[in-house]
Amino acid sequence: MTEFLQHLVNGVSLGTIYALIALGYTMVYGVLKLINFAHGDVYMVGAFSGFYLANALGVARAPSLWKAFVVFVVSMMICALLGMVIERFAYRPLRRRARLTALITAIGVSFLLEYGFQLPSIPGLGIPFPPGPTPRFFPQPFQTVGWQPFGVYVSNYDVISFVVAVALMLALQYVVFKTRFGTAMRAVSFDSQVAGLMGINVNRVIAGTFALGSALAAAAALLFAGSRPKIDPLMGLTLGLKAFVAAVFGGIGNVPGAMVGGLLLGLAEEYVAGYTVSSYRDGIAFAFLIIVLLVRPEGLFGRVRAEKV
Amino acid sequence: MTPARAFGRSLLPFAIGLPVLVVLQGSLRGSASIILMAAGINVILAVSLNVVNGFTGQFSLGHAGFAAVGAYTAAKITTGLADVQIVGLPVGLSDELIFAAALAAGMVNAAIAGLVVGMPSLRLRGDYLAIVTLGFNEIIRVIIENTPFLGQATGISGLPARTNVLWVGMGIIATVCMAVRLAESTHGRALLAIREDEIAAEAMGVDTTGYKVRAFMISAAFAGLAGGLLVHLIQLCTPRSFTFVKSIEIVAMVVLGGMGSVTGSIVAALTLSLSLEGLRGVQQYRMVLYSLMLIVLMLVRPEGIFGTREIWDLLPRVFRRRGAPPPGTAEPGTGSGGKLA
Repeated sequence: MTEFLQHLVNGVSLGTIYALIALGYTMVYGVLKLINFAHGDVYMVGAFSGFYLANALGVARAPSLWKAFVVFVVSMMICALLGMVIERFAYRPLRRRARLTALITAIGVSFLLEYGFQLPSIPGLGIPFPPGPTPRFFPQPFQTVGWQPFGVYVSNYDVISFVVAVALMLALQYVVFKTRFGTAMRAVSFDSQVAGLMGINVNRVIAGTFALGSALAAAAALLFAGSRPKIDPLMGLTLGLKAFVAAVFGGIGNVPGAMVGGLLLGLAEEYVAGYTVSSYRDGIAFAFLIIVLLVRPEGLFGRVRAEKV
Repeated sequence: MTPARAFGRSLLPFAIGLPVLVVLQGSLRGSASIILMAAGINVILAVSLNVVNGFTGQFSLGHAGFAAVGAYTAAKITTGLADVQIVGLPVGLSDELIFAAALAAGMVNAAIAGLVVGMPSLRLRGDYLAIVTLGFNEIIRVIIENTPFLGQATGISGLPARTNVLWVGMGIIATVCMAVRLAESTHGRALLAIREDEIAAEAMGVDTTGYKVRAFMISAAFAGLAGGLLVHLIQLCTPRSFTFVKSIEIVAMVVLGGMGSVTGSIVAALTLSLSLEGLRGVQQYRMVLYSLMLIVLMLVRPEGIFGTREIWDLLPRVFRRRGAPPPGTAEPGTGSGGKLA
């Protein structure tokens, strides 16, 4: 029973991270019908911008809560900006072209970030940028405190991560369903052409969607780095793919679906890895994906849309 | 098609190619032949990927995964039968036959893997295939690294050096013949129809999923062939040779050459492999260059160097093959309303 509960805690903490990243995939897919391959790497950039900021503020020497907050918010802003830049220069020029073209560009952007960050650092910059291929360790903003209620280990990072993630998701839910921007976003997702005719600035909505999704990815990266501080330029690859699986599972294009999908994927991974062979962990998500595509390709909450000519 | 023409189309390339390859085999030595063989294997990979990404307009990102299936199958067979000699045959011939059987088994297994991966994902719209194949590529790596039978992360070493210029050359001829003849067949026409407009093709009675899955299996089989050749060239079979990065390299070749152009793939595969051979010293910039190339290419010339045309379509009309479609009729990425992805 204890083991079961421990997996539950771990699964939820992993699942919230997947959910945060999955939201970025699902929102971009909603408005552009594009799998933003580079999203996992935006997550990676989020981790590294947090790393550089934390070092610049001296979090390792003198950890404090307000520094952690500054690192968190500024990293989200940096990633939001990065998402908008990627959209503006790589995707927007291709919006009227075939979808495959944009997909290939997305793969190109993803690899550019992954391998650009693995290049040796530019000398004379003062900070080790690009970070190079060796993993780096994220400084801890505060001491890890662990509790063991009923023999289940829970750290303060798990709790904070869960609370912040849920708060962010509720905030997003509010933005998407209650604000003007959210209404515009849903309109663009429904039919971008008609939305444009109705006076919605489609370009601005799409840029905003990228900013939102990328900021959430940065948040996920920092929450994840709190308990698992090892960061490297390829960290976004598998995690991004898994989050995509979560988005597909929940029904791609569906915001609440991405949250549920992320949580369920995190739990499934934790339980399967915990009770069977843990070394196959990375394979689980993809087996999951194949099953979902076979059984219910529109996902849990997705609607089947007839393909129009 | 008369038997004579069928012979001409299928076997003539081998008949012409064989003496050339034998001469090349005899004259090339050392690193030059190794570089050329590695480039040749990339040609096989690029041309076979073109069947899915070019002809059919789908997007596979796991070509290296299928190469790995072929490679491990072939490697297990040749190492397992290293001391076996087929009765009544001289050692050399027996070895070559075993190698041929190993390559064939690799192709079959890769095709089966293609079926397993293709079935669920090809029923859906194109971009799912990209993710599923990418995931498959990772799963293959995870499975290999956790299976003692397959040597885990260290891989299988001590493979016999069976791959030579002749084998690679024959592999290229087989792959190119397959691709060119496929494009001109009924099957190929169906694939092109799917690429141009999947809904229209379906309305015309084309069994889109069936054709896509078959194209995917053919493509996977030839990737398996390339994998088998590659590991018997470097005499080592590790999961590192078949990562996701390798898949992207092949995609870059196909995209650069022009999706749908067999000759484009050949030219791009040769150009990229040989020019990057010179960049070995700055290995870390390789992937950065590839990714920049993909982005710039998509922004500037999404159809690649050749588009869907072949080299012979660019020649003056006298040399053009009869029955070849006029150049520029259909280019992926520019068609209006084309449901390519």
